[in-house]
Amino acid sequence: MALVQIDNVSRIYQTGEVQVKALQDVTLSIDEASFVSFVGPSGSGKTTMLNLIGCLDKPTQGKIVVDGAEVDGFDRRQSAAFRGDTLGFIFQAFNLFPVLTAYENVEYPLVMIKNESVSKRKEKVLNVLESVGMLDQKDKFPDQLSGGQKQRVAVARALVTQPKLVLADEPTANLDKKSAVNVIRLMRNMRDEFNTTFIFSTHDPGVMKEAEVIYTLEDGRLV
Amino acid sequence: MIRIFKIALRNLMRYKRRTLLTAMLITLGVLMVILFSGLAGSFKAMMIGQITDSNIAQMQIHKKGYVSSIDTSPLHLTINQKGYKKVEKILKENPDVEAFAPRIKLSAMLSNYKETTNIRLNAIDPKKENKVCPNVSERMKFSGSEVPDILLKPGEIIIPTKLAKGLKIKIGDAVVLVANNKDGSVNGLNFTVAGIIDTLMGPQGKEGYMHIKDAQSLLRMEKPEIIEIAVRIKNFDKLDNVYSDLKSTLGEVKNKKGKPAFEIHTWEKLSPFSNIAKMIDLMTISMKSTMIAIVLISILNVMMMSVYERVREIGTMAAIGTSPGKIMGLFLAEGLSLGVISVLAGNIIGIFGIYILNIYKIRFAFGRMDNILLSPTISFSELAWVSVIVILVSVFASLQPAYKASRMEPVDALGHV
Repeated sequence: MALVQIDNVSRIYQTGEVQVKALQDVTLSIDEASFVSFVGPSGSGKTTMLNLIGCLDKPTQGKIVVDGAEVDGFDRRQSAAFRGDTLGFIFQAFNLFPVLTAYENVEYPLVMIKNESVSKRKEKVLNVLESVGMLDQKDKFPDQLSGGQKQRVAVARALVTQPKLVLADEPTANLDKKSAVNVIRLMRNMRDEFNTTFIFSTHDPGVMKEAEVIYTLEDGRLV
Repeated sequence: MIRIFKIALRNLMRYKRRTLLTAMLITLGVLMVILFSGLAGSFKAMMIGQITDSNIAQMQIHKKGYVSSIDTSPLHLTINQKGYKKVEKILKENPDVEAFAPRIKLSAMLSNYKETTNIRLNAIDPKKENKVCPNVSERMKFSGSEVPDILLKPGEIIIPTKLAKGLKIKIGDAVVLVANNKDGSVNGLNFTVAGIIDTLMGPQGKEGYMHIKDAQSLLRMEKPEIIEIAVRIKNFDKLDNVYSDLKSTLGEVKNKKGKPAFEIHTWEKLSPFSNIAKMIDLMTISMKSTMIAIVLISILNVMMMSVYERVREIGTMAAIGTSPGKIMGLFLAEGLSLGVISVLAGNIIGIFGIYILNIYKIRFAFGRMDNILLSPTISFSELAWVSVIVILVSVFASLQPAYKASRMEPVDALGHV
């Protein structure tokens, strides 16, 4: 069964009198535990696609089903709850909370969203930090970490709630080539370890070859 | 909850200079309120104490119409023995009344055999008066350095400093008092000056004391009559309640026309200082309003800036599943923490400031009173009031920015540059 099912989805933005067709009539499905990449040039609709799957945006038309739920019908609160329960996010600019240490950043979803006990939290956070190779850096604040290390912490934060699906929008765009490949390989290892589906967007050919399934977008259409 | 406050405190420390400046501003506001309330409140309490404990008393009972009378000494509005007994019974039966004392107030001419001037006199029963106005002797000077057991004996008079200086009268000198009784006939009696009193705020500083029995003789009262009954209660904070009780009980005593025979007034109706006391209260309220405005504007400004500067962060919080309520809670906790830290600092510095003011002992003059020592104090309830108000205003000021943060669309917030 597909984890993500997208049927005839379009997303049109209205800017004044100008209509921008970010996505047009896209239909696709993504299986569980797959390692998928959306590729294409800037403005092709990769971020819009990830935003729609991640319940951060709603389609103008079409239907999106993630883990059996029709996410396009969710209200603000339902979307937040669904994201917290089912999804993990990795951002291009890492988006770690600057006032929290690496440990606390990873712990954040368990405290603020899952409300788990201290002992369970500690066990999960230490496990995932060890998996991404950041256990020895756990007490450092984001501004004390390199770009690659920050993205490893971000991967750990996305995985700590054991989501079914992790969405990563250009996760390697702010990294050097070596770090970028390392992060993508880390994500694939995490997929293997936690059986989590990863969907990421990129326009870096060196990174996209690491994906197992590649969807190419051009001008909002799947090609 | 602890984690929310931990994050809130760290976020406040992110912008150290801004947080410090805002906290200092709020602390200064709280400090000003505490110092002003302490000084003004102590001044007010001290003045009320002076007025009620050494002159006017906390309440006075008169024959109906006395206070509004156009005469300065309306001797036709006396309370006879029968009336006094009725009032005495009511006062003795009231458990909140501590003491009461009869008085006669009269105007007379004072002569040192060479010069004559007018004087207002409080004719008192010294023992009873001491219980109603325990500080009455504080302003008096006697021949010895110590206050005598009985302030006045029959045949003695205590005159105000102004008249003693003006007529060159010393303690022990003989003087003559001449007064008109209620029928208009004149009588004169000889007195010995037993003491000199620094006037409080009496009319032109010409208020003296004499024995009530002498006043009855001077005014040729065939049967004992009095003008007023001064009342002291056990707990001054219950003044309004006791006043209402006594007013209602006294109202049941009717005169021959079937109308209330007596009237009762608190010190507030009898002393012009009550208006100053109201002004002090008004100034305190103004000071508190200013503090509220400072807290409101400061916190609102800081929180709005905080939300504006952290749009992407808010987007990240929302994207990873933080509920709008928790995002709002995070920002409310920031405003609350800033308010709590500032008010704590303000309270500590304020209490220390009051301690310092007490060490350096502020003295001042008011009206005809010199060298008044001000001992500022601040009650726990006042501190609690200021603290609660600042904390509530801090939360209120944070509401709008916190709500704005919680309503941000994650997709827009994440794309914010």
